[in-house]
Amino acid sequence: MYDAIIIGAGLSGLAAGIRLAHYEKRVCVLERHTTIGGLNSFYRLRGRNYDVGLHAVTNYTPKGTKRGPLARVLRQLRFSWDEFGLKQQNGSSIIFPSARLEFTNDLEVLRAEIARVFPSERDNFERMLAAIPDYEALPLDRADDSARAWVREFLREPLLVEMLFCPLMYYGSAREDDMDLAQFFIMFRSLFCEGFARPAEGVRPLMKLLTRRYKELGGELRLRAGVQRIVHDGGNAVGVELDDGTILEAKHVISSAGYVETMRLCGEANATTEQEAGRLGFVEACSVLDRRPTDIGIDRTIVFFSTEDQFHWRRPDELVDLRSGVLCMPTNFDFESPVDDGMVRTTALADFDAWRALPEPEYRAAKEAWYAKLAATSAQILGDFRPHVVDVDMFTPTTIVRYTGHAGGAIYGAPKKRYDGATFLQNLYLCGTDQGYVGIVGALVSGIAAANHRVLQAS
Amino acid sequence: MTKDDIKETILDILSDIAPDDDLSTLKDEIAFREQLQLDSMDFLDIVMELRKRYRVQIPEEDYPHLRSMQSTVDYLEPRMRDLQKV
Repeated sequence: MYDAIIIGAGLSGLAAGIRLAHYEKRVCVLERHTTIGGLNSFYRLRGRNYDVGLHAVTNYTPKGTKRGPLARVLRQLRFSWDEFGLKQQNGSSIIFPSARLEFTNDLEVLRAEIARVFPSERDNFERMLAAIPDYEALPLDRADDSARAWVREFLREPLLVEMLFCPLMYYGSAREDDMDLAQFFIMFRSLFCEGFARPAEGVRPLMKLLTRRYKELGGELRLRAGVQRIVHDGGNAVGVELDDGTILEAKHVISSAGYVETMRLCGEANATTEQEAGRLGFVEACSVLDRRPTDIGIDRTIVFFSTEDQFHWRRPDELVDLRSGVLCMPTNFDFESPVDDGMVRTTALADFDAWRALPEPEYRAAKEAWYAKLAATSAQILGDFRPHVVDVDMFTPTTIVRYTGHAGGAIYGAPKKRYDGATFLQNLYLCGTDQGYVGIVGALVSGIAAANHRVLQAS
Repeated sequence: MTKDDIKETILDILSDIAPDDDLSTLKDEIAFREQLQLDSMDFLDIVMELRKRYRVQIPEEDYPHLRSMQSTVDYLEPRMRDLQKV
């Protein structure tokens, strides 16, 4: 009998596991895939290292910062700031047809940019900033109010509104056309008030650090151990049944599988719960270059773009929506010597159902065709890096489903967030994306919160 | 354990929770929250570390006693005096 079983060896599951193992709980993390990482995994292909989806670690705050999510995560997991190896971004851009804004990890840069490009909005932006609550003071009773409606109380220029929402939505809105108000506050702080950073070798050392710590503390990690169902009786989870039929019993079950996915595991999926599944899938194209992007004049760390002044954030009608996207140059951080190959990562919205409907040969052909279009769009924004591309890899929403089990390949999960992680079973809790925290640091916070509130404080 | 031992134990726990903080300037009578900006999760950790290391149980209604070093040591002394320092 375990004190706790955790479904999923991603960041949130491992963070929960570290907390519980540290306090001498008998804990087991179960992962269906052959390796750790979940939505933030990594792989090797044709001799090169890739991260699955990491652009940047958001929520960056400098060493010595005592408040905020990164500081909290480090304290709760007993890591020193240096162990995460975070290096800051060089500078990022939001590029729309009629305007362009630059920002860095210093909020003053964005302030000055808004004053320069939208002078009439300078004071309004300040008033909006002042009204954004601290992480500890999120209005959970209004958590799923419309963020667009809230922002319109302050800002008058539609273009500025679209430009601010573009990065915030790309880095964490599961809701089409809008954002949850709580989500907006979290994302605004994590992107614009804190900032972007990255370890020199991407997510790999971070995942390994977490796994090593978890195991040192006596935590059990089982790979290739998919959970077939959550066994429950009389409103309580009793344990889980694995794909191979093994039954494991536990006093608590924490699931990072997602809300709808967890309901399916409980045998409680129905038309209502299925409707809650996330609809926003993505493609991401990794173009490996024979040199660093800075060698060909591409010095931005991340570029959020829209080819129309009205930004569209919804499931596209075709395989990929090329009207907007995110371009990330993973070597353009403050590294003493970048270890990775030069690369341009291009992310855009995609339709899972359309990708899933393609039989194998057409699927592969569509990937090639859309890679070419994504690269062409990226080249228009950044300058033409395509002559320097030496290798390419690309994921689609179906890739995400295959390796992570997240419904619809929706990496930001279900639009309705469950901030308290509660489910219909007393001792089954959610952590990860569907608990409302996104990004590397957010995922860790979510696992920590589930372990603390649901298991440690309960005993 | 003496009061000094208990203080040392608390400092050890704090240095685990906040490895990047300089604890040498910590004032005994000023609230931890003010000096180290500890939040409720951190206070839970102090309680749980004491339980893990010394099997000392601190009921939730007593958490306010853990305000500062001084009040913590005063509160813990009768509960830990018969224990051996680890």
